[in-house]
Amino acid sequence: MATLEIKNLHVSVAASDDDGGSDGAKEILRGVNLTIKSGEVHAIMGPNGSGKSTLAYSIAGHPKYDVTDGEVLLDGQNVLELSVDERARAGLFLAMQYPVEVPGVSVANFLRTAKTAIDGEAPKLRTWIKDVNAALERVTLDPAFAQRSVNEGFSGGEKKRHEIAQLELLNPKFAVLDETDSGLDIDALKVVSDGVNRYSAQGDRGVLLITHYTRILRYIQPDFVHVFVAGRLAETGGRELADELEASGYDKYVKAAAV
Amino acid sequence: MTVVDNIENVLELDHVESHLHPEPSYDVATHPVPTGMEEIWRFTPLKRLRGLLEGAPSDAHLTWEQQLPEGVTLSEISTEQAQALAVSAPLDRLGALAAANAGGAMLLDVPADLVVDEPIRLTLRGNGASETVWGHVVIRVGLHAKATVLVDHVGSAAYDAFTQVVVSDGAQLDLVTVNDWDDDAVHTEQVNIRVGRDATVRAFEFTLGGDLVRTSTNVDYAGPGGSADLLGVYFADAGQHIEHRLFADHTAPRTRSNVLYKGALQGKGAHTVWIGNVLIRKVAEGIETFEQNDNLVLTDGARADSVPNLEIETGDIAGAGHASTTGRFDDQHLFYLQSRGIPEDEARRLVVHGFFNDIIRRIGIPDVQERLVTAVEHELADV
Repeated sequence: MATLEIKNLHVSVAASDDDGGSDGAKEILRGVNLTIKSGEVHAIMGPNGSGKSTLAYSIAGHPKYDVTDGEVLLDGQNVLELSVDERARAGLFLAMQYPVEVPGVSVANFLRTAKTAIDGEAPKLRTWIKDVNAALERVTLDPAFAQRSVNEGFSGGEKKRHEIAQLELLNPKFAVLDETDSGLDIDALKVVSDGVNRYSAQGDRGVLLITHYTRILRYIQPDFVHVFVAGRLAETGGRELADELEASGYDKYVKAAAV
Repeated sequence: MTVVDNIENVLELDHVESHLHPEPSYDVATHPVPTGMEEIWRFTPLKRLRGLLEGAPSDAHLTWEQQLPEGVTLSEISTEQAQALAVSAPLDRLGALAAANAGGAMLLDVPADLVVDEPIRLTLRGNGASETVWGHVVIRVGLHAKATVLVDHVGSAAYDAFTQVVVSDGAQLDLVTVNDWDDDAVHTEQVNIRVGRDATVRAFEFTLGGDLVRTSTNVDYAGPGGSADLLGVYFADAGQHIEHRLFADHTAPRTRSNVLYKGALQGKGAHTVWIGNVLIRKVAEGIETFEQNDNLVLTDGARADSVPNLEIETGDIAGAGHASTTGRFDDQHLFYLQSRGIPEDEARRLVVHGFFNDIIRRIGIPDVQERLVTAVEHELADV
């Protein structure tokens, strides 16, 4: 039983010149509070620009984001004090909206290196190759992808499915999925959802699913749905909240946050 | 036998007024002594050329060792015989001096229709930095023949060479050049490649050592359907000057050129230059070209110059583009790898190895691949 606690998280980014501000920082997250327990699936929904991705990247430790206040506790340990790779080894995983292409580094080498780092020992060669091929096949990627450079020349859908293959192979305590559903056709969406459900069905893993659309919630059943507006949670409910958002949109929450 | 020194006469091309199109000539006098201000010389520290531009005669040679598969021959030919080959004459003074002073050429001949699976290996060893050596090399791959040629430069010298590569119609050549000189070597070379109709050439160049290395690789096409990949990897350490000049002269329709050079620089005064010139002539309809240079600057005090030039004389091309990047590690690459648990130093190594393996893995000679991967490891030991 593991717990991921986000407490009063405030995050800023350096403002670019066209933002005009000479103070140089723009606050994106304005006090996020959220607790996820293993076995739970939380969906965070919100309009563009509400700070959903900032939340995902801040948890993972992207250097662009500056945490000005708050804590992110994984079983009591403040992961904000850890480096990006230490957070991953502690059990966090971020499936990115735009997975990065790394030329010349093969998927096979990348996965083996990551697995070795996470487990603290190299995986057994014979079973590992089988495991990798099986994970790729489950997300309908040809095993030949293992010999290609990481994400290089992959289609948008292939990149997302590759993220899910990594999720299954690295099997973290908590997975943050940042708009993994965006840009996917319905077949790819089902493949990705199946992967998340397999991961979640282990029973002792937590999922934070960040999405702009309710579509993926037809395939992944959330235990909690949160509305995210203007850098913090505006509402929390169950599955029915997603249905309500589908019917009436975010307007009500955006207006309330603007007051 | 007639001396062919002007590509216009051979290929019946229109004259093009362009600095991308120097007048080819074997006559040294037509290539004035550079002042260092000229476009083609402005990056080169002329004082470090050890007097090569003055062209003093020398009888010194590199020591050649060769492994020749059956059917492949290596022989000496006269300068006149070499000049008669249908390959562009020298495009600059160093090329003309090498051809004039070498006193004959070494001809590596792969006869027509011969398919050689094992690589042809030539090791050219310099016997000391104090020696000036003029070299003239001819590589001829006959009609529909197929071969891989490794030219391995080791030791030390002040070496200026002119190399002619004839890839006959339908032939396939992989030319792998390794410049693995001692630290005090000076190496300048002009490699002129003529790609036959439907012929394919992949020219790899790996520059690891030497005080100053300046190579110019020029490709033109004897007929339609020819394809040329020019691929390079280089490391410049403190004080090293490494200059690679590429010129794809699209002299025939439906030809293809692809240039990709990747380099890393570290240490004070490390200087690399990459010039990627492409000329698409009026006759060269439906051609495809792309040129790219990526530099990884690993420390302060190093300088990478990267200049792509594209000149287009026809309106009908299938594709043309270029790209150049120079920078430090890509933070996005590191973040992605680290977010999967890979520690920062290991992520860094993966990214740099990946950067070079992208090219190294394309060479079809496993032991050379291994040697280059090891060289990369060695160069990056302190990164």
